[in-house]
Amino acid sequence: MTEPLLTTRRLVKRFGGLLATDSVSIDVRPGEIHALIGPNGAGKTTLVSQITGNLAPDSGAIHFAGRDITRLPTHARVQLGLARSFQITSVFREFTAIQNVAIAILAHAGHSFRFLGDVRKDRALRDPAWHGLAAVGLDQRGGVLASALSHGEQRQLEIAMALAGDPKLLLLDEPMAGMGAEESQAMIGFLRALKGKRAMLLIEHDMDAVFQLADRITVLVYGRAIASGTPEEIRANPEVRQAYLGEEVA
Amino acid sequence: MMGSLLASLRTPRGFVTVMLLLVFVVLPALTEAFDERYLLSVGTRIVIWSIAAVSLNMILGYGGLVSFGHAVFFGIGGYAVGILSASGVQSGWLQWPVAIAASALWAAIVGALSLRTRGVYFIMITLAFAQLVYYVSAGLAAYGGDDGLNISRSRFPDLIDLRDKASFYWLCLFLLCATLWFCSRFANSRFGAVLRGTKSNELRMTALGFPVFRYRLVGFVIAGAFGGLAGVLLANEGAYISPAMMSWVKSGDLIVMVVLGGMGTLFGPIYGAIAFFALEESLKPLMDLGHKGWGEYWQIVFGPMLVLVALYAKGGIDSLLGRHHD
Amino acid sequence: MDYLLIQMLNGVQLGLLMFLLAAGLTLTFGIMDLVNLAHGSLYMMGAYLAWTLIGWTDSFVWGALLALPATFLLGVIVEAVVMRRLYARDHLDQVLATFGLILFFNELVRAVWGPAGKSIAVPLFLSHTVEILPGVPYPAYRFAIIVVGALVALFLAWLVARTRLGMLIRAGASNRRMIAALGVNIELLFSLVFGLGAVFAGLAGLMAAPISSVKIGMGDDILILAFVIIVIGGIGSIKGAFVAAMVVGQIDIVGRAFLPDLLKTFMSTATASSAAPAISQVLVYIVMAGVLVWRPTGLFGQRT
Repeated sequence: MTEPLLTTRRLVKRFGGLLATDSVSIDVRPGEIHALIGPNGAGKTTLVSQITGNLAPDSGAIHFAGRDITRLPTHARVQLGLARSFQITSVFREFTAIQNVAIAILAHAGHSFRFLGDVRKDRALRDPAWHGLAAVGLDQRGGVLASALSHGEQRQLEIAMALAGDPKLLLLDEPMAGMGAEESQAMIGFLRALKGKRAMLLIEHDMDAVFQLADRITVLVYGRAIASGTPEEIRANPEVRQAYLGEEVA
Repeated sequence: MMGSLLASLRTPRGFVTVMLLLVFVVLPALTEAFDERYLLSVGTRIVIWSIAAVSLNMILGYGGLVSFGHAVFFGIGGYAVGILSASGVQSGWLQWPVAIAASALWAAIVGALSLRTRGVYFIMITLAFAQLVYYVSAGLAAYGGDDGLNISRSRFPDLIDLRDKASFYWLCLFLLCATLWFCSRFANSRFGAVLRGTKSNELRMTALGFPVFRYRLVGFVIAGAFGGLAGVLLANEGAYISPAMMSWVKSGDLIVMVVLGGMGTLFGPIYGAIAFFALEESLKPLMDLGHKGWGEYWQIVFGPMLVLVALYAKGGIDSLLGRHHD
Repeated sequence: MDYLLIQMLNGVQLGLLMFLLAAGLTLTFGIMDLVNLAHGSLYMMGAYLAWTLIGWTDSFVWGALLALPATFLLGVIVEAVVMRRLYARDHLDQVLATFGLILFFNELVRAVWGPAGKSIAVPLFLSHTVEILPGVPYPAYRFAIIVVGALVALFLAWLVARTRLGMLIRAGASNRRMIAALGVNIELLFSLVFGLGAVFAGLAGLMAAPISSVKIGMGDDILILAFVIIVIGGIGSIKGAFVAAMVVGQIDIVGRAFLPDLLKTFMSTATASSAAPAISQVLVYIVMAGVLVWRPTGLFGQRT
């Protein structure tokens, strides 16, 4: 069995009296899609925020690619290959699509303390940026302002930005949120094509998508991981059925 | 070259920019011809304030950081020149680099402390640090305290005599052009792209892996250095330094210029500086026309005008000249 | 020893005045998310209105009592005409617009009351001294400021902790959208809170008048100090504003009172007495910097 890429060990996070993350230990192996599901308020976003470094856990540890990253700032984690997309679409609205990807590539091109060269004519950025846009099927829309893209296109753009640094692990926070059936299906197809090449931690409400894509699933309820296993095991788990799937899948 | 210049004359923005340049260039000759020396010193002040406004625009316009203490660099640049001059160091070759380095250093200290905070806290802290320097300068009894100090102008032997009004004007204009050249390259550089990204969406920039704090700090230091340059010029313009150079109202005036002219645009701060001085010089006689003596109270009109600009004039003067073409 | 006690009381008195100013500021920050630079103008207007009204009524008490509703009215008008349009705007627009208001009010005062400063005499019934401790006299007027300031602080504490308005204020400071969802008349609430802040600012201005002077721009410098106070205390926190105001009051007064003597031990008398006020001002900002390095959202501010 391969060494996991990402592990969290007994993570705990409290907000006042509320135990938002209750000793959660999960791992993501290279190349797999690990889905994190759970009802609203189960603490999925809190957990993701600790993995990305936007929140500091009260106790526990996070390891990524063989390093303890528990105390590392967000930008340093990204530099190690831990990229994310956001639940609420988060692109640079006043930049064009191609500029959005270019700036994501810039993040991984060493430091950017260069004050004179014109970034718009920078071939080291332009070429890979078009490449990245083409990979998500947006190459026809490169010159369009991000704010003028459709919702589905903005989500695709987000993925292209997250992929720009060639990350080892992709944290996808509800990539299908707010998408129509057709757009969702296209996104599922795209993620499936990525499967095996990159590890993904997928947070998603769309159970169809989760069961189509995931290699393993962890169920979070009230901050606790109540079950973890293959989609079949999760489907069969009585505790999960009662706590969660009972209403939504059965 | 000539062709593209002519082509740019056809757009309103290009036309205004070229006309502006023309006015700046012929101003010394005009004031000489009409014997209006006063106008040349107004012109010099506009150019110096333009440099300061362009430097504030680097962090405020491109970086989205509402620094409410930018006039402090007038003071640090000016006092560096004044203190050196009073201690017998007259050479501009020494005074100017020291003044600019001191401004950059202070910007690094203030930036390192204030950029840890966000929003209102940032506004207030930059203001408070500027006040700190203000009070320190007011307490410097050896350098005039509250009243300020007359200084002798920086010396550049065999190169330029700053006491000559026209020479000094040309020097300021040259430095404004240099600042603008840097700013235009800066805005479209990799660094500028990152800075504009942090303005648009800080959280996303962090998630992409940018150490946002470091980029902002470097931007803050660059803006401070150019602000210090403006302070050096201001001190030499009047041959005088005083705490009033960096009163918080001056910081407010600089913000007004940047917003009035157009944030995050190359020439916006200059339009803003010109409009600011032009309003002051024209409101007074206009109000005196209504009733003799009213002109003295021109800010009763100017104040509400700022309120209207804040409420209804998004984009400033620059946006009146049409859209930008990339 | 007596000298120290008197200086400390002066610090408390200054701190309470600053608190009156800071309270309104921190409320408008906390609830309306409004950067109001023109708050100092209300402080100034309170003093000028009191000067005029005291002249008309020939009585300090009546003049002061009439000046308070007048500043309240002024606050409500300013809120309705300008501030209301700024709540949804970014901080830069707010800075710009309220900066314009400062210029307007300073110039208005110059046009109406003239460029020379005014003075308000200490009312006769408070012009004696009181013995705070046996054998330690203290000016009755300053003592009265402490009493009024403390009463207002208690009133505010009661208002915020115990009343329905206070509940809305607390809710608004932590979550603005929530009070809208509660079905509260937001416009009325904001207008009331702004008016309240204006009254406190005006009260501070008119109480300070007899011990300093009534002049153009009097609100501007003290406003920046009030900003420092709410930044140290944490924006939106009344308690924070109170604690920070007390600390700043002590630093300022004790610095002014004792630094000259301290400095004279190693510099000339003239240099020391001109440097001391500057140093005590600087101390305030150093305390602020220290607090922010330690806690970027102030002592009692909302953590993010």
